Amino acid sequence: MEEFLKQYLDPNFAITFSYLIKIFCIVIPVMISVAYLTYFERRVIGFMQSRIGPNRVGFFGLLQPIADALKLLFKEIILPEKSNNFLFFLAPLLSIAPALAAWAVIPFDFEMVLADINAGLLYVLAMTSIAVYGVIIAGWASNSKYAFLGSLRSAAQIVSYEIAMGFSLVGVLMCANSLNLGEIVMAQQGGISQWYCWPLFPLFIIYFISAVAETNRAPFDVAEGESEIVAGFHVEYSGMAFALFFLAEYANMILVSILAVIMFLGGWMSPFSFMSDGIFWLLAKVVFVLFFFLWFRATFPRYRYDQIMRLGWKVFIPLTLIWIVFIGAMMQTDYAEYFH
Amino acid sequence: MMQFSDYIFYFFSSILILASLKVITANNPVYSALSLVLAFFSAAGIWLLLHAEFLAIALVLVYVGAVMVLFLFVVMMLDINLESLKKGFWSYFPFAILIAGVFIVEIYLVVSDKFFLESQIESFGTSKSNTHSIGNILYTDYLLPFQIAAVILLVAIISAIALTMFGHKSHKAIDPKDQIKVKRNDRIRIVKMKSEKR
Repeated sequence: MEEFLKQYLDPNFAITFSYLIKIFCIVIPVMISVAYLTYFERRVIGFMQSRIGPNRVGFFGLLQPIADALKLLFKEIILPEKSNNFLFFLAPLLSIAPALAAWAVIPFDFEMVLADINAGLLYVLAMTSIAVYGVIIAGWASNSKYAFLGSLRSAAQIVSYEIAMGFSLVGVLMCANSLNLGEIVMAQQGGISQWYCWPLFPLFIIYFISAVAETNRAPFDVAEGESEIVAGFHVEYSGMAFALFFLAEYANMILVSILAVIMFLGGWMSPFSFMSDGIFWLLAKVVFVLFFFLWFRATFPRYRYDQIMRLGWKVFIPLTLIWIVFIGAMMQTDYAEYFH
Repeated sequence: MMQFSDYIFYFFSSILILASLKVITANNPVYSALSLVLAFFSAAGIWLLLHAEFLAIALVLVYVGAVMVLFLFVVMMLDINLESLKKGFWSYFPFAILIAGVFIVEIYLVVSDKFFLESQIESFGTSKSNTHSIGNILYTDYLLPFQIAAVILLVAIISAIALTMFGHKSHKAIDPKDQIKVKRNDRIRIVKMKSEKR
């Protein structure tokens, strides 16, 4: 695309412009998937609970997300009187910005990536870890007890599960010998038996559960906890400010699913060697993983807070550490080929 | 003639200096903590300009993503009385100047060392993956200091846990072992009653 643009434009400007186009090509599909993920969620949970779900607006209710977005756009943004104005409006931005920035290093297909950086895995971890600031600042700036409780819960929860998540990704980078996400996928070439979810099965499960906790989704949604603290950190937000938190949560959900697919389920590689690889495999796997998020929400009751902490610190972190040592030891034996 | 990267450097440096000043001058401790986050970010940006991508991302991951979250966690819950903290500012001032002077001399000594020559920074290079070169250096040339740092961290972890484990036990958390052992008959008693006639 750069070459094409350079025929018509100044070379420096052409590079910038082509990057802008690529960014739009990522952000707009992400936003559309977020909108239709909410539709998918309401339909799936509806069917799981023997309800119909949204089916009035448009064909099969397909225009429902757009109607919701319009409604939120036109709602008034209410500013609590004694809140901290600057931080109150900064918080939604701080939660949506990292949720979108992390997409820069995601490879969608062979060499189909915006920024092919060497430390891609670390970059994604860093971006998901700073998403917590939006939640903390929102809770503090609203000057409300419920919001503050929600933000404190979320801060402790995200910091604890980030460690387990980081350790389970250490296993992946030990197998792939690289922090570059594209190279991690390429290392899983050769059909379903080569995917990292087999040698790293415990880490895969721990990664996925930590991902649910990181994104504050049910059954780990104590930061919102409607039954205890009303709506947690975003209780004072309305209109578009609330919608930004909502967008960030769902964009993060898609992001952690796509990461799970890249690290453990072979990314864009096809499961059988006689079928061709391609981006549609990536999308199909992501939808499959996302379905689990919705399934969990429809099925499990909310965890108690002290049990969340116990699960994170006393179960997941020791388990991941043991498995990392196990992989390291196995790589020195004759079975090393199964761990590469 | 300034290059584009020079402009980025001055942009990040000015934000870094302003944010650091804000850390020590802000009235609200939450603003101080958030300014420190901004300062870390700008420092990470400057490191990225030097092609030290591993260090830059690790700074964001560790300090911004974990350490500062816990800082904010504590600062938000504390009810700090600023007036009492500001008392006696001028009487401590000469001592503060002395310490600042010592720090400036120390920083000068570190920065004027041979490791900070421009040729040294360039030799780090862009050809090789950052993570690989840091791993190579850490596990060969600096193996012993690295291990000592790891042992110190381990001791710190153990002592932190020991501080919370021993001493008075004031929390009311229930032991999961006891929870699993509970049988139905420990908690409820079913009483059969005959329905009474009207």
